[in-house]
Amino acid sequence: MDLLIKNGRLVDSLRKLDTIADILVRGGKIRSIGRTDISDIPVFDASGLIVAPGFFDIHVHLREPGTEEAETIQTGGQAAAAGGFTAVAAMPNTKPPNDNPSITHYIISEARRSSPARVFPIGAVTKEQKGETLAEIGEMFEAGIVGISDDGKPVMDGLLFRRALEYAQMFDLPVIQHCEDLHLSRGGVMHEGAFSTRLGLKGIPAAAESTMISRDVILAELTRGKYHVAHLSSRKSVEMVRQAKASGVRVTAEVTPHHFSLTDAAVAEYDTNAKMNPPLRSDDDVAAVIEGIHDGTIDAIASDHAPHHINLKMLEFDRAPFGITGLETAVGLAFTKLRLPIGRIVDMFSLNPQRIMKITPWGLFEGSAADLTLLDPSRKWSFDLKQSRSKSRNSPFDGCAMTGKAVATIVEGKVVYDDRRLAGA
Amino acid sequence: MLKHKDLLGIENLTCDEILEILTTAESFQEVSSRPIKKVPALRGKTVINLFFEASTRTRTSFEIAGKRLSADVVNISSATSSVSKGETLIDTAKTLDAMAADCVVVRHAASGAPLTLSKLTKASIVNAGDGAHEHPTQALLDAYTIRQRKGRLDNLKIAIIGDITHSRVARSNLHLLTKFKSHVWLCSAPTLMPVEIAGMVRDNGSYLHLTHSMAEAVANADVIMMLRVQFERMSESFFPSVREYFRYYGLTRQRVETAKPDVIIMHPGPMNRGVEIASDVADGPYSVILDQVSSGVAVRMAILYLLLGAHGSSD
Repeated sequence: MDLLIKNGRLVDSLRKLDTIADILVRGGKIRSIGRTDISDIPVFDASGLIVAPGFFDIHVHLREPGTEEAETIQTGGQAAAAGGFTAVAAMPNTKPPNDNPSITHYIISEARRSSPARVFPIGAVTKEQKGETLAEIGEMFEAGIVGISDDGKPVMDGLLFRRALEYAQMFDLPVIQHCEDLHLSRGGVMHEGAFSTRLGLKGIPAAAESTMISRDVILAELTRGKYHVAHLSSRKSVEMVRQAKASGVRVTAEVTPHHFSLTDAAVAEYDTNAKMNPPLRSDDDVAAVIEGIHDGTIDAIASDHAPHHINLKMLEFDRAPFGITGLETAVGLAFTKLRLPIGRIVDMFSLNPQRIMKITPWGLFEGSAADLTLLDPSRKWSFDLKQSRSKSRNSPFDGCAMTGKAVATIVEGKVVYDDRRLAGA
Repeated sequence: MLKHKDLLGIENLTCDEILEILTTAESFQEVSSRPIKKVPALRGKTVINLFFEASTRTRTSFEIAGKRLSADVVNISSATSSVSKGETLIDTAKTLDAMAADCVVVRHAASGAPLTLSKLTKASIVNAGDGAHEHPTQALLDAYTIRQRKGRLDNLKIAIIGDITHSRVARSNLHLLTKFKSHVWLCSAPTLMPVEIAGMVRDNGSYLHLTHSMAEAVANADVIMMLRVQFERMSESFFPSVREYFRYYGLTRQRVETAKPDVIIMHPGPMNRGVEIASDVADGPYSVILDQVSSGVAVRMAILYLLLGAHGSSD
């Protein structure tokens, strides 16, 4: 696709760029950056907007194959585009799980056919995500996976996790851990604290997460493996990652928007849309997570978009599944809750996620794929769940007022989402 | 007349509302001693006992309470209902509502289930115990019994001993008794004491005391409330053996002797004799366990009456 993106403020810290300029796209790639006055191609007015390297959500559940009533690669991809993401990394806990190259191939080809956003599959660490033997990591790598994880479950067996950290180095793949000691969390449905006690719900202690991270960073140090902490949520976890980074361990970490936006108080009325794993934590944990974002301990923001059919979410709190949707609210919540400089927002949604995953990088440079996210940091809006592109409706952010939004999404030079409010339009 | 549509817990009741229930219960207590134990207060009203968890005494108590007020009482237990065919809680509630039930008394293993129902039904919901959350009618009948024996609810030392973590009875009683400014001593093994329990009674925090020592909890107590060890909820090893549990947290005659001379001993039932309470204590002179049961009927009559009957009676 050819496109001329005019007058945007280009922000890409890796290319030391923060300037107003035009981007000329030819054949889906960035041809040039600067001032251009070509008139024979479509022009996209980006006046007053930030133009950033395409945002990349490295933690989503697209539910296909297996649970298409909750989400498909197509609808998940549409929700991604509407949230400003040009790319997502899809967790392997589908049915069957992505633990072999034929599933990897299926996801990639279905995404090419139907998804407006790019979809990078993540492979399972272990066969059937059972935590017993390694999956065919090499075969899946050849097919296109960009990382490995048993997300939804942790790899409890320390020896097996060590082997995964070692083996994945053959392909430079990150090993992504859903950090949860299943013994400590057994039966838990929300954060263990004053609220769980009052509500009479079984708690998941923060220690279930942080003790797992402490084991893992020691194994990452031992193996020199590339270790990534998924959806970290507690103060101790942040401290653990901070300390490991300081001592040179190859560790990165992501946080979800809900873990910096909400506390366990949101469960007060047994709202199943406040039930996720890891659970919403205490005020103090939220403060620590935000500190971790500001000081760079936490590298990325990822939604953990986890659609569930309403039939399951309308069950009793104990019985409802964990997880909420998040693709369309992630960027707005980050703008609204974090007060980060724009360059850091772009780092956390695009450049750092690209650095974590095994992908060919894109950005604001000549020759890059023209995958771009356009942002309006002062746009006031509120999320209307009824308008969501996702097939599911399990979000606690319906009606949430936000300031700052991804207003357009461009993939390979093609505008896949456009919500600009142009002057005079 | 209660301002609430439902009775979901003690937490959101005021002392005045609690006293209104207890005073109303006093007037109903007399009904149960009549030769014909029936008044027409709820004639034409339908009360459904919807029990998703096994229960004999609470269900029977509600049934008798409803019938003594002349309501039509229907019992549904999960084993005999479409619940066992996979119907969701919400559909069950809507179905009962469509049959124009006036009140649904719910017991459920999941905390919060009665709240969820109350948002969807026109019928009044009475929580007859939800998970480890609340069991408000138990706390009210306990308060009724205490007030009957002690003449007051304030300024007492009340020891609640046993499995606090899994106990909705402990939670409801803690809310109620600290509202009335009695000193509540929660006593259990550290494995059975929930985290941050002080957060539950922030306004009355100075009335909550926590201890692992039964001797400390019982010393000079006005009331000793023993909790049942809930074996059915024990998937983890909270204590090594029943024998060892009884050694540290079983109520024996020797322990009772350190309490106030006029101490009363309570238990919400059903008891595990020899686990949390010695038989001679359960059947002994300080025990008011059977008084609790008869108070239960009067208190539940009061609750049904205040939720359903006090307005627009055609009689």
